Amino acid sequence: MARLLSLGVVIVLWTVLAAAVDSPLLPGPVAVGEALLRDAGSLALPYHLACTLLRVIAAFAVAFSLGMAAGFAMGKWGLVDRIGDPWLVILLNLPALVTIILAYVWIGLNETAAVVAVALNKFPNVVVLTREGTRALSPELEDVAQVFCLSGPARIRHIVLPQLAPYLAAAFRSGISITWKIVLVVELIGRPNGVGFVLGSAFSLFDMVTIFAYSIAFIAIMLAVESLIVQPLERNASSWRRQAA
Amino acid sequence: MQAVGADKLLELRVDSKTYRSAKNASIEVLRDFAFELAAGSFACLVGPSGCGKTTILRIAAGLDRDFQGARRISPSTRVAMVFQEPHLLPWRTVEDNIRIAMDAASATGAIGEWLERFDLVEQRRQYAGELSLGQARRVAIARAISVGPDLLLLDEPLVSLDETVAARLRGELRAIAESRKLGILLVTHDLAEAIELSDRLLFLGGKPACVVLERELSMPRNRRDRRTVAALVDEIAGQMNGH
Repeated sequence: MARLLSLGVVIVLWTVLAAAVDSPLLPGPVAVGEALLRDAGSLALPYHLACTLLRVIAAFAVAFSLGMAAGFAMGKWGLVDRIGDPWLVILLNLPALVTIILAYVWIGLNETAAVVAVALNKFPNVVVLTREGTRALSPELEDVAQVFCLSGPARIRHIVLPQLAPYLAAAFRSGISITWKIVLVVELIGRPNGVGFVLGSAFSLFDMVTIFAYSIAFIAIMLAVESLIVQPLERNASSWRRQAA
Repeated sequence: MQAVGADKLLELRVDSKTYRSAKNASIEVLRDFAFELAAGSFACLVGPSGCGKTTILRIAAGLDRDFQGARRISPSTRVAMVFQEPHLLPWRTVEDNIRIAMDAASATGAIGEWLERFDLVEQRRQYAGELSLGQARRVAIARAISVGPDLLLLDEPLVSLDETVAARLRGELRAIAESRKLGILLVTHDLAEAIELSDRLLFLGGKPACVVLERELSMPRNRRDRRTVAALVDEIAGQMNGH
């Protein structure tokens, strides 16, 4: 309830401000809503949203699967950690823009380059969190797995993943927002579609209505992802924790 | 399932076992410890805490391979262990904790039977993290026994339980020892418990530790009532002091 109220206050403030300024540089909610409906009707909005979402998902999947594997190996074996650590520090400190430019120059202005660039930006963060989680794995439960001869898949499912879950959830949560922000930059620089591309062309035309409409549409989608996917997953993974009595 | 050609389940010889301390000094905890266990026998390691009993158990389980000596055990021997702490998977239910171990061992048998025997039917769908210590210890014992082990290793499984629960679980352990031809090695510092359950007592002592006294108990378990146990405790304690 408090959330809805605070959102409502923002919309009211926006309306008042837009009416007071009365300038094409700050369109009001009504104009933006009309633009949203118009582009939704012409299917331009869903098309660009889908392009961006697919890139987010692809980059996220790549970064997550490779990052988990690398992070686990680094947390488990000291030698891998010592070899990988300098590269990790470099990747962590590489500006997103540099990876994007390098990917486009070396791979070409194509989808692969776009996904690689975004994945490379997210990857080190997943590695760091998975490595922390792996270092914290309980040696006692490892003993249990060994004594009772648990198979590899059973160990991963019943012993390793439940312990890594909080770390992976943190990586997921911070990852989903970082990823979509970087995807927009990637699209702005070198893709012919997606929300980032639309924002870029709207910017060159000073078309503030479109900028507002697409931003809001995409933020709404990410909010839905957060409350319909991320939060239920987190609740489910931590349901075993002792309930506050 | 027993080792071919012999009744021996486990042969263990620890010439020396050292730990490296934080300051990088090596501390020898065990020297010249030899032990074998036959199928159908129940041995007990007794000694003060910190003397190396758990180390021996971990070596016997194959969890610690960093020692001088030899461990001989047939690869087909199914080992199960009850750790000093229950070490359950807190994110799995009581039922799943037992089932995961049973599945890994492809053990046959109904899970409901184990839950009933260890009085866990009401807790079956509770997460293991929500159990009291007594309940968690019962699950740990049920998990170990449910896999149908040939060799059962128990590390102070009844410590810090109230006496009624401990007595009941001792009864369960006795029943298992009588009904199945498996080898059991129990580590405890409670002499009365050792006398009540086992048919061979090994006393550890010294630094580095070795066996200082060994004693066979041939009296059938059902004749070991409280008075007999108490008399034996006195007798053995006297022997230990004279040692």
